[in-house]
Amino acid sequence: MAVVNPSTLSVGSVLAQEAEFSSPLRLVSGQEIGPYRLAYETYGRLNARADNAVLICHALNASHHVAGSRPDNPDDIGWWDNMIGPGKPVDTRQFFVIGVNNLGSCFGSTGPASLNPATGQPYGSDFPVVTVEDWVHAQALLADRLGIHRFAAVMGGSLGGMQAMQWAISYPSRVAHAVVIASTPRLSAQNIAFNEVARRAILNDPDFHGGHYYAHGVVPRHGLSVARMIGHITYLSDDDMAQKFGRSLRGANDYRFGFDVEFEIESYLRHQGEKFSGYFDANTYLRITRALDYFDPARSHGGDLAKALAPATAAFCLVSFTTDWRFPPERSREMVSALMQNNARLTYAEIDAPHGHDAFLMSDPRYHALISEYFRQVHRTLGRTDD
Amino acid sequence: MTSETRGMGPADGQTAPERDADLPVPGLRSDLAKIADWVPKGARVLDLGCGDGSLLAWLAENKGCHGYGAEIAHDNLVTCLSRGVSVVQANIDEGLEIFSGSRFDIVILSQALQATHQTERILTEIAQLAREVIVSIPNFGHWSHLISLARGHMPVNRRLPYQWYDTPNLHFATTQDFEQLLARLQMTVLQKAYLRESTGQVHPVRWWPTLRSTLALYRFKASGSVSSEKALGVSSHHPHRRIT
Repeated sequence: MAVVNPSTLSVGSVLAQEAEFSSPLRLVSGQEIGPYRLAYETYGRLNARADNAVLICHALNASHHVAGSRPDNPDDIGWWDNMIGPGKPVDTRQFFVIGVNNLGSCFGSTGPASLNPATGQPYGSDFPVVTVEDWVHAQALLADRLGIHRFAAVMGGSLGGMQAMQWAISYPSRVAHAVVIASTPRLSAQNIAFNEVARRAILNDPDFHGGHYYAHGVVPRHGLSVARMIGHITYLSDDDMAQKFGRSLRGANDYRFGFDVEFEIESYLRHQGEKFSGYFDANTYLRITRALDYFDPARSHGGDLAKALAPATAAFCLVSFTTDWRFPPERSREMVSALMQNNARLTYAEIDAPHGHDAFLMSDPRYHALISEYFRQVHRTLGRTDD
Repeated sequence: MTSETRGMGPADGQTAPERDADLPVPGLRSDLAKIADWVPKGARVLDLGCGDGSLLAWLAENKGCHGYGAEIAHDNLVTCLSRGVSVVQANIDEGLEIFSGSRFDIVILSQALQATHQTERILTEIAQLAREVIVSIPNFGHWSHLISLARGHMPVNRRLPYQWYDTPNLHFATTQDFEQLLARLQMTVLQKAYLRESTGQVHPVRWWPTLRSTLALYRFKASGSVSSEKALGVSSHHPHRRIT
């Protein structure tokens, strides 16, 4: 149960890989996309029974670069490096871990910035709207390619947790454990409202050009930056923000009676927004926030989440964080209630951490101790066939 | 409720070493063994304040029971996990809504009720969740406590290790008090046992239970509930999914 200092051990330098799929993928919307490519990274070794694979699903702005560093940039550390690696909660000495970039993203998998073979131009707004189900479908095809019939675990935080949940519903026989962290069975009206404001900021940016900004040699930087600022507010808790920034003024002892950066929090948000708009694709942001909005497995079951989860045979590990107001513990408790109605095996922890939604990326010792123990149990039961 | 100690405190030093699920299920603390006696085979069980999960692990292993534990303390949660017990981190004092969609054969509340704020509401709610309820309570009417009080002090001893100013125990009741409350809430008592804890074992108390028992066990149901001895002959109508 010991939590290893995350800074000491790492999977090291990892080269991203790509899988090309020539057959088009049929999407929930009825549209098709293809041929397409999925970028992924792997850590650890697949065992002879091919039953020690763990799929890590990413959230809004992350990628397949989950752990370790990149060969061309040792400082580019994976987004969940504190969770995945040798001696870490998801121990790569025991598990074969896969990080995959979702379809529609902008880090190597086919997305709106990729060339549309039909036109020879970037897809732009012609790239279809993709859903969590579509991502999971594509991930399953990648798993086939890698020779993995059944994952020891599918794991994710936030939007990644939705994918883990969807895996358990869509492919019950292919998931032994679903690890769903800081997630929700559906967005609230408030969540959708924040997403909508973010999208409006992008769509109303004069540089958006109806989504075909690539041809104009510009990006809707301002809109994307504002979208990121809005998102970022929802990732932090009020207390965390108060503690980090409070009402501190930036570079002055008194008000300057203007609209440039006055407060530290403004400076921080602007910095986050500008950094993000420099590497993220606005069309991807639109699509991923839409995928979040649409996710609602209970919808096709009259709102009955237990019915939606009925096909799942996986054991579940759910974790929520007390200060997460984006996807608060209440949403996780709904999943727990539904899973209990279905007699699913489960572990549910509510971690009292101050970091809001972002807590799932932090290394709170109780959180990591729980995940470590969970994966120790997953590893212990590998090779058993009594489902 | 500090469920590491199940409110009342460790029962006579019976703190089992932490065990891995691949080791045999440990022997049960004697008061829990008494509760386990009352749980029918194959029952769907909810153990509120399940502590380290040893009762649920034992019931799964020996009686084919399945179900869930609710626990507030993080360390206990991790121990439950290593025992292969399904566990939900919850403070039962904040309500039982998380369990309300499910029906159980048995809800167990072992030495935890005295540490809850909403004692009456919890009793009523848990009776709605299950056919039958098993509750164990410490008896504050035990003669040793009376002697302490007669000497002018609140009782502090092995079974009640807390000073009055830092005790998790909020509601002190004697066996008679508790039975009166059950009657007022229109619960039908199906079985009860008065016990005396001594050197890690429990012994039945046949006479003067209010003075001589340190612990009392009750099995009851809400009046008007369809539950009966016969109805509890259920076996696994909900086959529990095993970890793989």
